[in-house]
Amino acid sequence: MKILTGNDLKTGAVIWWTGVSWSLDVNDSADVGDHGAALAAREEGARNVVGAYIVDGAKTEEGVRPAHIKERIRALGPTVRLDLTLKPSDPAAADWVI
Amino acid sequence: MYKYDEYDQQMVDTRVAEFRDQVRRRLAGDLTEDQFKPLRLQNGLYLQLHAYMLRVAVPYGTLNSAQMTLLGDIADKYDRGYGHFTTRQNIQYNWIKLEDTPDILAELAKVEMHAIQTSGNCIRNISSDQYAGAAAEEIVDPRPYAELLRQWSSFHPEFLVLPRKFKIAVIASETDRAAMRLHDIGIKMVKNDAGEIGAQFYAGGGMGRTPMIAPLIRDFVPLDQLITYAEACLRVYNRYGRRDNKYKARIKILVHELGRDEYVRQVEEEFAHLLTQPIEPPLAELERIKTHFTDPGFEAGASDDLDLTDPDFRLWVERNTHAHKQAGYVIATVSLKPVGGIPGDASADQIRLMAQLAKDYSFDELRVTHAQNIVFPHVKKADLYTVWQALDAAGLATANLDTVGDIIACPGLDYCALANARSIPVAQKISERFGSAERQAEIGELKLKISGCINACGHHHAGHIGILGVDKKGLENYQLLLGGSEGADTSLGQITGPGFTEDGVVDAIEKATEVYLANKQGEERFLDTYRRIGMAPFKEAIYG
Repeated sequence: MKILTGNDLKTGAVIWWTGVSWSLDVNDSADVGDHGAALAAREEGARNVVGAYIVDGAKTEEGVRPAHIKERIRALGPTVRLDLTLKPSDPAAADWVI
Repeated sequence: MYKYDEYDQQMVDTRVAEFRDQVRRRLAGDLTEDQFKPLRLQNGLYLQLHAYMLRVAVPYGTLNSAQMTLLGDIADKYDRGYGHFTTRQNIQYNWIKLEDTPDILAELAKVEMHAIQTSGNCIRNISSDQYAGAAAEEIVDPRPYAELLRQWSSFHPEFLVLPRKFKIAVIASETDRAAMRLHDIGIKMVKNDAGEIGAQFYAGGGMGRTPMIAPLIRDFVPLDQLITYAEACLRVYNRYGRRDNKYKARIKILVHELGRDEYVRQVEEEFAHLLTQPIEPPLAELERIKTHFTDPGFEAGASDDLDLTDPDFRLWVERNTHAHKQAGYVIATVSLKPVGGIPGDASADQIRLMAQLAKDYSFDELRVTHAQNIVFPHVKKADLYTVWQALDAAGLATANLDTVGDIIACPGLDYCALANARSIPVAQKISERFGSAERQAEIGELKLKISGCINACGHHHAGHIGILGVDKKGLENYQLLLGGSEGADTSLGQITGPGFTEDGVVDAIEKATEVYLANKQGEERFLDTYRRIGMAPFKEAIYG
């Protein structure tokens, strides 16, 4: 699948396109197919996102998983500070990243 | 330390107001990201892997306690409770909101700080010896010259759009603690045969994808020509440095391709031309700056006695303190490298504690080191145990300066958008593997540096042992280098051979230290033994 991601313009937070809006959780990502570039341009123009780009990923039983390690770390947060990730109470939060 | 005059303050305040308006226009849609990006970068604001990152300048690594306290408060108020001290003697915050940035810069301006020229193709923060003004062996305090260069380079209209970023270091000791020859320009303050102070210039050093050691380009520049000569060096670079290829745009490439002698010829020609123009600030300005760097009120006759009956304190004193020029005083380094910790990170509470200790026991001064530690430059020996106890209670008394545990590591793929591999987990595993005091004492001085990509922010080329993280078909892989040094004996590390996994590189380092210990003669450091016996025995042990 093709995933559209970027950063929230105001906060800088990593965000993922859900099909209708943006989410902090990679698992909410939609497959943008061939529409990623057009969506990125529209959303950047609306100042909803900055630095939007398309990455490869896969929808698995556990959730949406970006293909490249860099994107998986973006989805999780720093692997060395799990307390700063989206689910700091989950000890297995980083298992799928590396 | 230097205090802003009305012009310094006005420049910084004006920039804050200007950037506040630029942020407003960006959020209102009056500026596109393409238009805004160079503006935010000129104010140290990057868009990194997880969020905006703000890099705050710490000129030549010097801070007072009010500034340090504010750095802690910013970590709490605007970030996630911590800051990261960098190899440029600056501090970075990893979770900054764009909309908060003008307020942060306004708060910084109130304590004479800013984030100007911490990014972009301009002259960056001037770095220096963290022991400046305190070390027993220095010829002169390098900070007034660094400050003069800071004032010259701040908003210098000719050098705000250089071919590439430009880094200057100033030292004044034979012992190089600032990696001076790995800078675009390295300046060493020296005394000539007539007893006059002047500057020795080196140019064209750097790390990154094409590491180079800067050659000497002028043996002695008189103090009343210091800025003029620096201007000549920059002018030649600005005129002929490549702008068509960012990977070949640093001055090191120009000096290398022209050859040292031709670069020097062109600089001397430009220098002669500039001497006919009154661009040098009057020596009175340098003298004015020097008045900000006079010695604090040291107590005459302070005792040199230290009670070392506490073994942990003794170890810390032996490892983390350095001789001071004033009897009864000592320079103390706070290691930000606890076993298993994140190199260079400090919590807001730790930052504020260090500020308070500096206020109470180090004449209100702190220094940030390029090795990502903090220095109290002037601690009375009679106060040292009290300082150590407070540090120890806050997890800041790790006794590992310049040992295998005192690792320089860039943020790597955990934070950096440019990185190819993570640096911090490797540093953590190494510091845990070699964590015991006995092990570190056995190995002695060993400078280990890790970069998560070829840009070399973790100075891997200059490590006695260096590690470079690379992306190998989507997997993290680590190259090992041996034999680098950033000191007076500057050298570049050589790659041992094929790369390793994260665990594999830790094992390889263990094997390398075993080779060292088996071959060590007398008081040799790891680096000395490597230089004497060469790469072969290490390769055999690592790959054999």
